[in-house]
Amino acid sequence: MSLRARVTTLLIAFVLVVGGAVFAVIEWITPQPQVEDYTPYASGGQVNVTLQTAAQTTVTDKPQWVTYFVMDPATHQWVHTTYFKVPPATRVNVTIDGYDGCTPLRNPVWGRVTGTIGGVEYVNGKPVSQLNSWSGCNIQHTFAIPELGINVPIASPTTLKQNKNLCSTSPCSPSSGPRQVVTFSFVTPAQGGTYRWQCFIPCGLAYLDGNGGPMATLGYMSGQMEVGA
Amino acid sequence: MAADAPAPAAPGGGTGRERNDGLWLTVIWLVLSIAGCLVVYFVWGPHLPPGGMSDSAASQQFDNRILGTVATPVVIGVLLYFGWALAFWRQKPGDETDAAPIHGNTRIAATWITVTAAIVLGLAVFGTYELIAPAGAGGGEGPQPIWKPNSSTILQVQVIGQQWAFTYRYPQFGGFETTQLELPAGQPVAFNVTSLDVIHDFWAIDLGVKADANPGVNNVAYTTPRHTGTFTVRCDELCGLWHGAMFDYGKVVSPAAFQAWARTTETRLASMTAALPPYSLTYDPTQISTLGKVPAELGLTGAGGGYYNPADPEQP
Repeated sequence: MSLRARVTTLLIAFVLVVGGAVFAVIEWITPQPQVEDYTPYASGGQVNVTLQTAAQTTVTDKPQWVTYFVMDPATHQWVHTTYFKVPPATRVNVTIDGYDGCTPLRNPVWGRVTGTIGGVEYVNGKPVSQLNSWSGCNIQHTFAIPELGINVPIASPTTLKQNKNLCSTSPCSPSSGPRQVVTFSFVTPAQGGTYRWQCFIPCGLAYLDGNGGPMATLGYMSGQMEVGA
Repeated sequence: MAADAPAPAAPGGGTGRERNDGLWLTVIWLVLSIAGCLVVYFVWGPHLPPGGMSDSAASQQFDNRILGTVATPVVIGVLLYFGWALAFWRQKPGDETDAAPIHGNTRIAATWITVTAAIVLGLAVFGTYELIAPAGAGGGEGPQPIWKPNSSTILQVQVIGQQWAFTYRYPQFGGFETTQLELPAGQPVAFNVTSLDVIHDFWAIDLGVKADANPGVNNVAYTTPRHTGTFTVRCDELCGLWHGAMFDYGKVVSPAAFQAWARTTETRLASMTAALPPYSLTYDPTQISTLGKVPAELGLTGAGGGYYNPADPEQP
């Protein structure tokens, strides 16, 4: 092979490798879920955040994946993301519309409510401090911010009939399937920062240990809460 | 070594008097090594990680001081020889002669083999002793530990790893489980480390404790906290999306404060403890014998997700 051919081959190979790396960074690493900014909607030291759990994600090309949705505070439309922003030193009143079915916790310790105001969550308006997912059909996912000590089991429909007639098209609405409404409040740290949150049920069915797919992809069963002004 | 290297003319070339490079190198190396060893052991040593918060941490810090001190003359020798060669043994312009061959020099070969063998074998003996003497030196010893603290009052703490948090169970206090890790100063602790999903690694950095958390396996590590304070716990085995965020902070408190905290927590978490599986050294969450009627009717037999199959050939 001539020198010119060898140099040309080398250059092409270099461009392909660098181009591939750039493509990977732009396509797969850089994109982050959309952030729903609740900070302009805080009032009187409080802000209301609304989430939803769904048994599938029919708005994406991963319809079999379970997911969270976050409500856009301006339009009140559901957005497929798990990133939201709230102000520091503020009481956050969270409402989670739970549309998924029950699954036993891998560790029942996550059935205890921690880190919320009063140490309770409200399931359809009733205060609850602990759910036992092994003895009953009552937990679908959890909402946990480990760094802040927050853990809230998300109550599920409890009957066999309800669990066999779950909402099948997401985002779900009260008419599309059985729902449990979970509410709780906590206070954000004064210093601000970014806090990851996650579900402690390995709900990535069909993936190794249930921890792949939606459990391993931002925007589905875990996300970030940005605390800032 | 340098003593047998050819002795080129002194820089500046001219007096005709040959410099004894071997002697100069040896003297400079000795002076620098003595000074360096003193600095490393007495000045830098007390600040080396992981500190002295526990007996295993102090033991590891001592090891690091010894290793650093032993390495100092070696590092100084290499750098000194390198610098000396650059300064004095450079080839002069136009000089194309070869250096004197050292192959076949029995004295150099014997010295080299003796010194390096002594260092390596000495450190091997030292390392083995330092692993055994402080009850495993804070490392995970597997399910049947060989080296245990000589004490009848060992506090048992179970460490349970799950993507992506550690929880801690205290079997001597009713088996309560919490995300808080508190330990008493002055009492030996046995960490029973396991996992509910993938392989994690329990690393209590300031305590000098590090043990893999394998599903289906109990990995035991010992330490004795020496004084009160806060320590960092990190997962040190890449375990998935939030591995980097799998950390928390533990506390070493006085024995009285620990007893008060443990008793209070045991009472406070009594209803939660009743919902936990009986204390066991390992857990298989895919098989839940107490599963309720509706989950059973839904065809569920255990917790969501799969489990690292104990029959898997990769099982550690």
